[in-house]
Amino acid sequence: MKITLKIWRQKNRNTKGSFKMYALEHVSADMSFLEMLDVLNSDLIQKGEESIAFDHDCREGICGMCSLYINGRPHGPVQTTACQLHMRSFKDGQTITIEPWRASAFPVIKDLVVDRSAFDRIQQAGGYVSVNTGGVPDANEIPISKKIADEAFDAAACIGCGACVAACKNASAMLFVGAKVSQFALLPQGKPERKERVEKMVAQMDAEGFGACTNTGACEAECPKGISLTNIARMNREYFSSAISSYEVQSKGAD
Amino acid sequence: MKLDSKIPEGPLAEKWTKHKFNLKLVNPANKRKYDIIVVGTGLAGASAAASLAELGYNVKAFCFQDSPRRAHSIAAQGGINAAKNYQNDGDSVQRLFYDTIKGGDYRAREGNVYRLAEVSVNIIDQCVAQGVPFAREYGGLLSNRSFGGAQVSRTFYARGQTGQQLLLGAYSALNRQIANGKVQMYNRTEMLDLVTVDGKARGIVTRDLITGKIEAHSGHAVLLCTGGYGNVFFLSTNAKGSNVTAAWRAHKKGALFGNPCYTQIHPTCIPVSGDHQSKLTLMSESLRNDGRVWVPKVASPGLKAKDAKDIPESGRDYFLERRYPSFGNLVPRDVASRNAKNICDEGRGVGSGLAVFLDFADAIKRDGRKTIEAKYGNLFDMYRQITGDNPYEVPMMIYPAVHYTMGGLWVDYNLMTSVPGLYSLGEANFSDHGANRLGASALMQGLADGYFVIPYTIGDYLAGLPHAKISTDSPEFTAAVAKANATINKFLSIKGKKTVDQFHRELGLTMWDYCGMSRTAEGLLKAKTKIQALRAEFWQNVNVLGGADELNQELEKAMRVADFMELGELMVDDALNRSESCGGHFREESQTPEGEALRQDDEFAYVAAWQYMGENQPEVLHQEPLVFENVKLTQRSYK
Ligand SMILES: Cc1cc2nc3c(=O)[nH]c(=O)nc-3n(C[C@H](O)[C@H](O)[C@H](O)COP(=O)(O)OP(=O)(O)OC[C@H]3O[C@@H](n4cnc5c(N)ncnc54)[C@H](O)[C@@H]3O)c2cc1C
Ligand code: SF4
Ligand code: FES
Repeated sequence: MKITLKIWRQKNRNTKGSFKMYALEHVSADMSFLEMLDVLNSDLIQKGEESIAFDHDCREGICGMCSLYINGRPHGPVQTTACQLHMRSFKDGQTITIEPWRASAFPVIKDLVVDRSAFDRIQQAGGYVSVNTGGVPDANEIPISKKIADEAFDAAACIGCGACVAACKNASAMLFVGAKVSQFALLPQGKPERKERVEKMVAQMDAEGFGACTNTGACEAECPKGISLTNIARMNREYFSSAISSYEVQSKGAD
Repeated sequence: MKLDSKIPEGPLAEKWTKHKFNLKLVNPANKRKYDIIVVGTGLAGASAAASLAELGYNVKAFCFQDSPRRAHSIAAQGGINAAKNYQNDGDSVQRLFYDTIKGGDYRAREGNVYRLAEVSVNIIDQCVAQGVPFAREYGGLLSNRSFGGAQVSRTFYARGQTGQQLLLGAYSALNRQIANGKVQMYNRTEMLDLVTVDGKARGIVTRDLITGKIEAHSGHAVLLCTGGYGNVFFLSTNAKGSNVTAAWRAHKKGALFGNPCYTQIHPTCIPVSGDHQSKLTLMSESLRNDGRVWVPKVASPGLKAKDAKDIPESGRDYFLERRYPSFGNLVPRDVASRNAKNICDEGRGVGSGLAVFLDFADAIKRDGRKTIEAKYGNLFDMYRQITGDNPYEVPMMIYPAVHYTMGGLWVDYNLMTSVPGLYSLGEANFSDHGANRLGASALMQGLADGYFVIPYTIGDYLAGLPHAKISTDSPEFTAAVAKANATINKFLSIKGKKTVDQFHRELGLTMWDYCGMSRTAEGLLKAKTKIQALRAEFWQNVNVLGGADELNQELEKAMRVADFMELGELMVDDALNRSESCGGHFREESQTPEGEALRQDDEFAYVAAWQYMGENQPEVLHQEPLVFENVKLTQRSYK
């Protein structure tokens, strides 16, 4: 197949970027989307042009590193990660536009690479159960019904890619945060800290500059792991019922 | 150099307990005065960094991804072993020990493997306490499955995403310590060198992958938890960024490299689809529980999956079932891989010629599509996504791929390398899997090392050290920083004609052809010449564009590939030296009359630990004899 690519190029955080056009002649339908970019990059280097920077690592849809906004959709036309997208999902002669995630909380570092460290800081605010290594009870002393364990797993399956933010017109991170809050709200291990956790994580999310949720559902529709909107509903319930005032909830700066 | 494994005296089952008691302790008030550097925050590194910080040490942790949550460990699918015996099916620490040492083809230390089996039970407790959502039964208790041909059900799992859930657990513990200020986390930062002062590990040199800044960091101890080196083959199931740089640079600073030639080739991966192929995808081993492996009896070049139905039963060769009637399709990884290769070498491969069928038609007929879907639905979907073929209707095509490296930095029982103060954990070390790793045991080892071994053993070293801060102004640090800068400038100035990936692919192909699934002295010698020539060309003719002071992914790759080239040669040397067959290392010169791997215990029951002697000098081999007091060495047979 022949493909025309319209790709966002940006030297670094402080410079303005723009689109550049590239033509690729021999694209095989069996290539993954990232392999297609590899081929383009190799062509560019041979021509003495700098390759296009993009994030990726596992190329198996699990690390959450790839983050391409393809033809107006995070991860492209199929509800999977960009690395699991294959060229057979495109047509011969098609023009494909590739951009980085667009959100003020995810500044562009270079070309298609963005800074998602805000997600880490939200997790650091409370995305854990406070147990130290050792001295914990035997695993089977905490029975958990299969239904609850499965639901917690569904929430825990989030890969932290940020497609939900990229999909949302408000750049809200509610699906990502809701997934973690839900996992621990469902499980008995998470119960002792549930109130403090949701308050801290939401406060950090706000401090990072993510937008408000207006329930459009775009996040769920684009999430490659099918994280459900019920997680946002559950987080809202957790948040409003956590009438804690004794804890001092602080957030850290957003860089 | 005398290699001291520091395996404690005494009965196997008491070694670890006694050892823990004999280790020196660091006074709690002094712990905060010690700085520990942890490079790598996959399962091994994240669990170590979190546990050490909880104890009170100051930890600096590093990873090259944008977050610790993205380490390669995230991709592990199948599960993690532990001798809990929750299923009451006869499992025990002793049995897990025995299976693991036998699975490793008797090339691992008894003491290490026993300790691994012992602490395996604590890992599951720890992960559950963190909120890791393992699979459960309706009664609310944990579920297990049998894995990789084990005769007991001891594998704990979280759907097909066990590595992800375990890593997110360790990541959460790490995050808690980052929030507490006990761990300083450096993401998108790559270690380029180890700094030793007076023979002790005292720090590292890193590059900030965004700004390009080269920096020195000091610490009283350095832990390398940097994963395996399977990407020396270019194509492997490892994440694209997985590399050997940290371990290799430590090797060049004096750390011995153990058993570099022991690599694991996994039998069930999706075959290569073209020259553009950038990595290989694993299809879980569990598929062999129901899928039947076959090729046509008569070579049928180019046979497509959709035409498989035209081959009548009588024209099919279910070669694993034929050759191994009692284990059939469930033979261990090394055996299954080698047989697939042999069949394809005979010219009976399907598709591109480098593939065999894995067929679920009989299983679907027997159990119904629903049952198969419940078991393997996500794998079938993934297969379809990647290949465009529907495995409910046509057979899958599979071929072996590089998956894991048992070799790595040589460490003693305390996980210390031959450089005092330098430790290595997880896949980066050579320790527990011998010549072949069993399924579900890498996750176990990574977490055992990080949660339950290093927190004890590191104290013994630190207790004897002064705790004054280590300055990074010394000549050793300055020289290491200058060297890193010089290497980078060198790469940017070559301006040759070939891309880094071209070199990497060529290296990978040579490794695969001559140091892959089966090896001969002749082939290995050829590989050595080829690698040397390629390396020489690389330093003359590689093209790395862009600058030093910015995000430069080509430069990152170039530095990693430079180290892979040197490692590749050492792997070849090691494979040449070991003229026996064992586990993942099959030397054609050493096989039984039926073509099975033949170990030579009299000659090769040792760990090969290699010492770097300087640029272009042959490395020196040190042997650590393996002593077996508790198991009897037998040839593995799966007939
Ligand atoms: C597809 C697949 C499936 C698997 N399934 C299973 C399974 O079911 N069960 C099982 O037991 N095992 C499985 N394994 C093996 C297992 O996943 C790995 O062996 C294990 O996760 C390795 O963990 P680790 O912590 O040692 O290293 P990794 O997870 O590879 O982490 C390495 C860390 O080091 C960092 N790093 C590396 N180099 C540098 C550097 N120079 N500077 C700074 N940081 C650096 C990385 O950023 C990363 O944080 C599987 C492997 C693969 C490929
Ligand atoms: S919720 Fe979905 S889209 Fe958002 S980060 Fe998690 S996996 Fe990605
Ligand atoms: S590269 Fe890991 S999810 Fe796409």
